[in-house]
Amino acid sequence: MTEETRKELQQVSSASLGSWVKSGEPMVWINAAAVSMSVIAVIGLLALLAVRGFGHFWPGQVLAAQVEDGSSVRPIMGEVVDQVEVSGEQLRSAGYTLTGPGPFYGRSLLKQGNRDQYGTDFVWLIDEQVKERDFPTTAMVIERTEWGNFYGYLGKVISEGEVVADAADDDGAAWRAFQTSIDQTLAVREDIHHVERVEIGHINYELERLRLRQRSLELQGKDTPEALAELAERRAELDAEYRVLQDQLRELYASIQDHSYTALLADGREVTLPLARVVRAYRPNDMSLLGKIGFYFSKLWEFLSDEPREANTEGGVFPAMFGTVMMVILMSIIVTPFGVVAAVYLREYARQGFVTRVIRVAVNNLAGVPSIVYGVFGLGFFVYFIGAELDQVFFPEALPSPTFGTPGLMWASLTLALLTLPVVIVATEEGLARIPKAVREGSLALGATRAETLWRVVLPMASPAMMTGLILAVARAAGEVAPLMLVGVVKLAPTLPVDGNFPYVHLDQKFMHLGFHIYDVGFQSPNVEAARPLVYATALLLVAIIALLNFAAVALRNRLRERYKALEH
Amino acid sequence: MSSLADQIPAYLPAWRRFKDRAATATISGGGASVLVAILLIFFYLIYEVLPLFTGASLEPRAQFAMAQGVQSEYVAIEEQGELAMSVGNDNVVRFFQTEDGAIRDSVELPGSGGTLAVVAQDSPESRLLALGYADGTVRLMRHQYRITYPNDQRLITPAVEFPNGDAAFTLSDQAITALAVRDAEEGLVLVSLHDNGELHGLRITRDENFLTGEVEITEESLSLPAGGNTVSVYVGSSQRWLYLLGDDGSYRVVDLKHRGADIVLPVVDRGQLFEGRGNLSASALLLGGISVLAASDEGELAQYFMVQGEAGPRLQRIREFDTDGETVTALIAEHRRKGFAALGQQGRIQLFHTTAHRRVLDEQLDFSLPVEPHSALSPRGNQLLLQQSNGDYRGVALDNKHPDISWSALWDKVWYESYPEPDYIWQSSASNNDFEPKYSFSPLAFGTLKAAFYAMLIAAPLAICGAIYTAYFMAPALRRKIKPLIELMEALPTVILGFLAGLWLAPFIEDKLTGVVIILLVMPVGVLLFAFAWSRLPVNLRTQVPDGWHAALLIPVVLFLGWFSFAISDAVELWLFGGDMRVWVTNDLGISFDQRNALVVGIAMGMAVIPTIFSIAEDAIFSVPKHLSFGSLALGATPWQTLVGVVLPTASPGIFSALMIGMGRAVGETMIVLMATGNTPIMDINIFEGMRTLAANIAVEVPEAEVDSTHYRVLFLAAFVLFLFTFVVNTLAELIRQRLRIKYGSL
Repeated sequence: MTEETRKELQQVSSASLGSWVKSGEPMVWINAAAVSMSVIAVIGLLALLAVRGFGHFWPGQVLAAQVEDGSSVRPIMGEVVDQVEVSGEQLRSAGYTLTGPGPFYGRSLLKQGNRDQYGTDFVWLIDEQVKERDFPTTAMVIERTEWGNFYGYLGKVISEGEVVADAADDDGAAWRAFQTSIDQTLAVREDIHHVERVEIGHINYELERLRLRQRSLELQGKDTPEALAELAERRAELDAEYRVLQDQLRELYASIQDHSYTALLADGREVTLPLARVVRAYRPNDMSLLGKIGFYFSKLWEFLSDEPREANTEGGVFPAMFGTVMMVILMSIIVTPFGVVAAVYLREYARQGFVTRVIRVAVNNLAGVPSIVYGVFGLGFFVYFIGAELDQVFFPEALPSPTFGTPGLMWASLTLALLTLPVVIVATEEGLARIPKAVREGSLALGATRAETLWRVVLPMASPAMMTGLILAVARAAGEVAPLMLVGVVKLAPTLPVDGNFPYVHLDQKFMHLGFHIYDVGFQSPNVEAARPLVYATALLLVAIIALLNFAAVALRNRLRERYKALEH
Repeated sequence: MSSLADQIPAYLPAWRRFKDRAATATISGGGASVLVAILLIFFYLIYEVLPLFTGASLEPRAQFAMAQGVQSEYVAIEEQGELAMSVGNDNVVRFFQTEDGAIRDSVELPGSGGTLAVVAQDSPESRLLALGYADGTVRLMRHQYRITYPNDQRLITPAVEFPNGDAAFTLSDQAITALAVRDAEEGLVLVSLHDNGELHGLRITRDENFLTGEVEITEESLSLPAGGNTVSVYVGSSQRWLYLLGDDGSYRVVDLKHRGADIVLPVVDRGQLFEGRGNLSASALLLGGISVLAASDEGELAQYFMVQGEAGPRLQRIREFDTDGETVTALIAEHRRKGFAALGQQGRIQLFHTTAHRRVLDEQLDFSLPVEPHSALSPRGNQLLLQQSNGDYRGVALDNKHPDISWSALWDKVWYESYPEPDYIWQSSASNNDFEPKYSFSPLAFGTLKAAFYAMLIAAPLAICGAIYTAYFMAPALRRKIKPLIELMEALPTVILGFLAGLWLAPFIEDKLTGVVIILLVMPVGVLLFAFAWSRLPVNLRTQVPDGWHAALLIPVVLFLGWFSFAISDAVELWLFGGDMRVWVTNDLGISFDQRNALVVGIAMGMAVIPTIFSIAEDAIFSVPKHLSFGSLALGATPWQTLVGVVLPTASPGIFSALMIGMGRAVGETMIVLMATGNTPIMDINIFEGMRTLAANIAVEVPEAEVDSTHYRVLFLAAFVLFLFTFVVNTLAELIRQRLRIKYGSL
């Protein structure tokens, strides 16, 4: 720093408040504060998502305590999930008697689970009323396929009417026996799932196809007795297979039916519950740090790889993740060629003039048109207009139930492709505009045709720009939910759009989407409180997927740039 | 573009030439069709919306004669429009084909009640008729239709049923001249006007015993005032109001549910129907039985319904319809919509819709009508059966799909039935059939602008101040990191912002409202205090932080101020607002407070538009030629003075276009509004209440709207409005930006 500036600074610093204000320095600071606040908001938002999202899988301590409300004492058990400070006045007006000094009192939200026993999963407790807090190591949490979590102590493990182990005699042995039984029933349930979903699902699919074939023959007037007999024969075969599977299924169900366990609730009641409904049982208070970490990752894996349970509020989000990625990929496949062709036409082939300028402005502005408008267009034009026509022509045998005349994966991808088309066109066009004229003319001068110049020289050089367009398109499409609500997303799709049944990819099916999952579980679910942590985790996953798709595309673009760098100079 | 490209070398082999031509054709064709496809969205929306505003049309069919010498007292068409029925004064009910008048079935009415004098209908949906005879007795009948599909052919089997059996109600021994009937769950009301000018009423109450299931029927006769010059009687759907219309255009309203010691039920309102003092020429009840329609012989036509006034209930004249001077001699209400047909004696037919206050059709038929025509509209509103003056019948096919939308129905205050005053209401559907759909865009447009306004209130200062600092003051090294970071937010799905707003921010703000208010005061003051303190620090310490790093320096300060605001909020809340600001806002200020309110939406949507505005504004400021600001600085201006005096004026069109584009985004945003507000279509600027926006409304209602119904098309219209709004705003912004680019180019 030079001597002059130092002096100058000295002067400024010793200036009065008035001249400090006059120099505009305060406004500069205010502007700087705006940047700081924006940055804090961005980072805070991501941090909030990360903390809540990642925190969801960590096993929380199970609290056992006595709640003293006036004269009555009530034992409770569960996980504390939230804590707030409430003014005494508010509590008193709600009918609580308070003894503490106030003016604010802590309130905790306890997840007590056992919805089948108590009716509600969550209770608010006033902290000062919670006495004898304890974290017993034998307290167990059971995740179930219905009625949410169970909190209590293990009683007996019962198999075929006989007590296999009793926690009152030997807790360790009982716990081990309990875990073994759970593993066994889980294995059987896995088999059942396979038979029901894959094998019987396949037979049902085949039967449905036979029905459609028959209908189609009838419509064409080709329902000759021979053709019908052939179909009937095939149907009989499938029916036979089906009966075999059904017997198998019945056996499997019978084998897990008579296993049960008893458990003690916080208030000492003993209840007998079926083992077949247990997903997982654990004792969080008894876990070591390593055990908790292991548990954490098993839960995380379940979240990523499993199907949702209990009206989407438990279990995993795999179908939603699959649907999101599938839709984005389909959208990219559709949007890239069309976007590039349109941009090449607009920049290289169309006569430049007023019309192209107007089109350019219009295309640019379509990027700013609200996504819901595209959704409405997709529903009206693709689904009800084109889809209904397609059904008339190609799927008359399925009518009146629509095949493509109803929202589905293809229409969703097409709608989003249309939504992102302007982005791709604009980006590609910018790339094309940046290519020096000399390069093109060089190619033409060497005798290449226009098409050859385009294919060999121009397009490769513009490929990084196309990737930029695609990146922007993917970023926009992956997070877009509003139009999808109209053209194909559902809260629960029974099957994935890709499966083992011919033609393997079912573009007419409805699908699940992470973004819609967030909306649906967070706002339409009957038990929002229980679902909330899952929504945070889902949101985090969506951000991660978008980031991943983006990074992949950015990496690809950088490689392309490297390759064609030499050409640009 | 390059002229060289058009020079095809002469020696080019055929296949290469072919390939080149093919490529040109493919790209031109493909590219042009893609561009057309995108522009298609615009035309498709218009295509869906246009039917709302086109009027109706009609097409007369062949005429046919019915049983000769029989005067029809009543005609009606069944649901499919295939059959019609007439009740003749020879006591025979005939079912005939609307196509050619061929009689399908005829049923003789039981009892010898003398000549049939009057037929009155209950709501068209119930198909219940009251038959009034010359001997003063009344019988009830209902026409029914059963549809079967033998051999895949539709077959409609008509039938007549008598709810009361053969029994007749005897109201008086004088001939009946006018009759009204109203049936409901709990009972039936009959009112008859007789030859001698007397009015008689009967209320039949059905009481079902819950235990035994026995139905107990009680008859109670109503004592009504004298008929006077009454010619038409109507009983409203609530069975409360009895409307008596006189031939001189006078009216009286009797309260049938009056509980009191009076012997005669009181007239609660009386007056003249017509401003022009004309005589009554036609009247009818509108669908739903709430509104009365009346026409005068001087061409007046108006709608009336009961409104609770200060001095008790009164029959309010709601709106007039312009008949173009035609004297209406018959009014026929539609069965599914709040529309009606008005017929003139010379065969002029006009179709109106009350809510939309619109004449959909005005056509002159090539035949005239009798003095008292018995005509019927089909339930689906697509067929009209008219009696000609020569006694023959004439079918008229109507094409009247969307009468219920007009400019005034969408944007103006409309006086809806049962409302105390005209209002802006959006309520597109309800459970009952005779519901009056309320398609006012005003509350939705208001909600959209309200959400955008609060979002801009939060986003504009933050984004523009941030852009100014980042582009003009920030050190380049820091700028390279900060700019992408803020722009990163643009890739954050709005569904996540919406969910955080609805499930995290909304309860948080409800709980810590005081803290949020405090932060607004503390933040600028605290930052300025810090800045002043910083300027007082010794130079050596200050120069440790290089120029343009203020923002980084401020991050801990902002964090501290935020924490501080919430830390003191409890104490402040206790001190100023008695411990709960929310309660204080509701009780002391009288402002209603929703948990999901405009403040929450403003913050969440603000976050969504900050990156957009920031990015464009920053580019605009950054690309102001450096020699301009250097010149200003060299002349002795401080950096801030240079910014205000030189840079901002130059960049202001760019900043303006940034704001426009941000606004366009806020207007069309769906998920945030859907999740962070209660989605109630109210018109209130209050920051603590929610709203419903056009976009959210589409997302909520389109999946449930029946395809091609008025509701469906109205939602398309909402989408079209959104489309146009954002398109115009964006085009404006784009044009400004292009001009700016040219301006910079010249500098």
